Amino acid sequence: MSATPLLRVSGLRKFFPVRGGLLGRKVADVQAVDGVSFEVARGETLGIVGESGCGKSTTARLLIRLIEPDAGEIVFDGFGLGDGMTLAELRRQAQMVFQDSYASLNPRLTVADTIAFGPRVHGMPAAQAMTLARDLLRKVGLDPALFAGRYPHELSGGQRQRVNIARALALSPRLLILDEAVSALDKSVEAQVLNLLCDLKAELGLTYLFISHDLNVVRFMSDRVMVMYLGKVVEIGDVETLYADPRHPYTAALLSAMPSMDPDRRTAEAPLAGDPPNPIDPPSGCRFHTRCPFAEDPCRRAEPGLKPAGDRRLVACHMNDPASGHSRAGRQGEAA
Amino acid sequence: MTPASAARPLVSVEDLTVRFDTGERVVHAVNGVGLTLAEGETLGILGESGSGKSVTLRCLMRLLPPRRARIGGRILFAGEDVLAMDERRLADHRGRSVAMIFQEPMLAFDPVFTIGEQIAETVRRHEGLDRAAARRRALEMLERVRIPGAARRLDAYPHEMSGGMRQRAMIALALSCRPRLLLADEPTTALDATVQIQILLLLRELQAELGMAVIFVTHDIGVAVETSDRIAVMYAGRIVESGTARDVVRTPRHPYTAGLLASRAEGAPRGTRLGAIPGAPPDLAHIPTGCAFAPRCAVAGPECGEAVPAARDLGGGHQASCLRV
Ligand SMILES: Nc1ncnc2c1ncn2[C@@H]1O[C@H](COP(=O)(O)OP(=O)(O)OP(=O)(O)O)[C@@H](O)[C@H]1O
Ligand SMILES: Nc1ncnc2c1ncn2[C@@H]1O[C@H](COP(=O)(O)OP(=O)(O)OP(=O)(O)O)[C@@H](O)[C@H]1O
Ligand code: SF4
Ligand SMILES: [Mg+2]
Ligand SMILES: [Mg+2]
Repeated sequence: MSATPLLRVSGLRKFFPVRGGLLGRKVADVQAVDGVSFEVARGETLGIVGESGCGKSTTARLLIRLIEPDAGEIVFDGFGLGDGMTLAELRRQAQMVFQDSYASLNPRLTVADTIAFGPRVHGMPAAQAMTLARDLLRKVGLDPALFAGRYPHELSGGQRQRVNIARALALSPRLLILDEAVSALDKSVEAQVLNLLCDLKAELGLTYLFISHDLNVVRFMSDRVMVMYLGKVVEIGDVETLYADPRHPYTAALLSAMPSMDPDRRTAEAPLAGDPPNPIDPPSGCRFHTRCPFAEDPCRRAEPGLKPAGDRRLVACHMNDPASGHSRAGRQGEAA
Repeated sequence: MTPASAARPLVSVEDLTVRFDTGERVVHAVNGVGLTLAEGETLGILGESGSGKSVTLRCLMRLLPPRRARIGGRILFAGEDVLAMDERRLADHRGRSVAMIFQEPMLAFDPVFTIGEQIAETVRRHEGLDRAAARRRALEMLERVRIPGAARRLDAYPHEMSGGMRQRAMIALALSCRPRLLLADEPTTALDATVQIQILLLLRELQAELGMAVIFVTHDIGVAVETSDRIAVMYAGRIVESGTARDVVRTPRHPYTAGLLASRAEGAPRGTRLGAIPGAPPDLAHIPTGCAFAPRCAVAGPECGEAVPAARDLGGGHQASCLRV
């Protein structure tokens, strides 16, 4: 990745205070996102996976400053936020589509007014904004003659999600953050929206951050994939190599936890025991050590850094670091 | 359907219909479901949101609101007519013969009693065990579902457990009276992937160990494959295809099942288009006459709109309700 990436994030951190007692004093922190760094190239789709609560949505919200980070730097297209790029500009360039298609639409606005709203706020004349809205409706596969005047409750889930996508595109963003954008859709409708997202990306030269718990969908959509566990990035790599040869023990476990599609080869053994630990008091050292089949002393003591592991891969595991003191360090092939 | 289940089914459902009358609209939630289940067999019911999976399950336990739900057809459990049971008979049927687990385990528990108290109380009510024996059974059940430190967990309140642990505790509660039929309504949908597979394997083991029959409702094909001997596919309140898991997944014959399998992202090469089914499922207040899938079906003809297609036998217990098979 020699060209300037579209997005570069480094050291992103967000702890949410947990309050308790009569005075509502802070008693602990949820370490939602802790030292997250990654890059997204222009025109690329980066998938983000990991179990519930690992910090995927928090990462996304931090990127467009729906919440303020405690620390970290965001550089968009070579410009830092507050250093060549304003917050308003960032929010125009990076748009987000959420899972809950209903909650994110104003029930009192028609579909066309919803889509035209952003451009109007940015000073586009009403008639022009309406034309744009109708064009975008057509682009997301909804006939404007039928849908422009409808209200959200008059739409199916798949149609509402198309409207959300059209709205996100109205300000001609360059980055689209899709946070479980197809997860609430019926299976028979999900494929329609995935096809639409692929078409729009090719047509408009978009860059995607694609968050989903569905590992099959992530594989289909992404060029590279980032795996998170309890607020940390544990592995990043090209989608095919990462799925074929996961290097972090958590990635391997997550992939083999996928239900089998073959009745003759059902899963015989669960790859991990127990639940993910509480992010309020995460384990010391490597946060995965309480569930990792390869955990050794160094894993409990020191946190593994995210280090190169060949084939454009980064892995945060002591087995990937010859200096860590882990007995399998440098013998990664056998671990996964 | 299979010769074995035809001999002596544990459950047999015939032409089940359920309508909800909300005053302003009538929702046709279940529209002629038929199924049979042998002792010890696992049937997966696969379908999208609103296809009538939960309503069908709830009928087997008579859990629907009697004033709003109009139920038609027949449900036999071990030869007994479930729809004709009086309240006393029902109380025995629920929990003792048939038990249910849900997506949200908090629905199964009362937050003010400990897990142990609740399991013990269920056992006492249904089996008349004394206090000490009931508590022993509760402990045995928690151990069976592999809750670590089971003895300690007996005195835990539901909110003190993690999601996966609560799910295990709910399974322990449901199985505490050794039901002959377990109804599972998406019990793993809200769980993390690494926890989901643990629970699926646990259910499979318990089912083999206790010899109970299971109906497992899910919208996830992989979950159905992991759990089920046979799979029934529901669409708009009807079973459109059923057969062994192998037949349904490998050689789907109903256009809806085939479309669903073809539209999966799994295994599809990147950069290709998924074979999406056009349109959306019908509004259950206005179901099309004839085959409910016809408006979205690539091979539908005018005759498909005339009458609901009957199930056609494809051999080996494989059936599909489509005029084109
Ligand atoms: N506003 C908030 N206040 C307190 N805690 C929060 C807040 N938002 C998120 N968290 C916590 O931060 C952690 C990360 O949450 P986040 O929503 O980013 O997870 P996620 O990976 O998106 O999970 P999911 O797959 O369930 O959407 C969780 O433990 C969550 O409970
Ligand atoms: N108590 C009720 N009153 C009115 N309508 C109901 C009631 N219960 C269910 N329905 C309707 O019946 C239809 C079938 O619902 P059901 O819960 O069986 O779907 P499902 O297949 O379980 O879907 P999901 O995957 O979303 O759980 C839906 O349209 C639902 O809105
Ligand atoms: S650092 Fe240690 S505990 Fe963490 S994943 Fe690697 S081997 Fe397992
Ligand atoms: Mg999230
Ligand atoms: Mg349901």
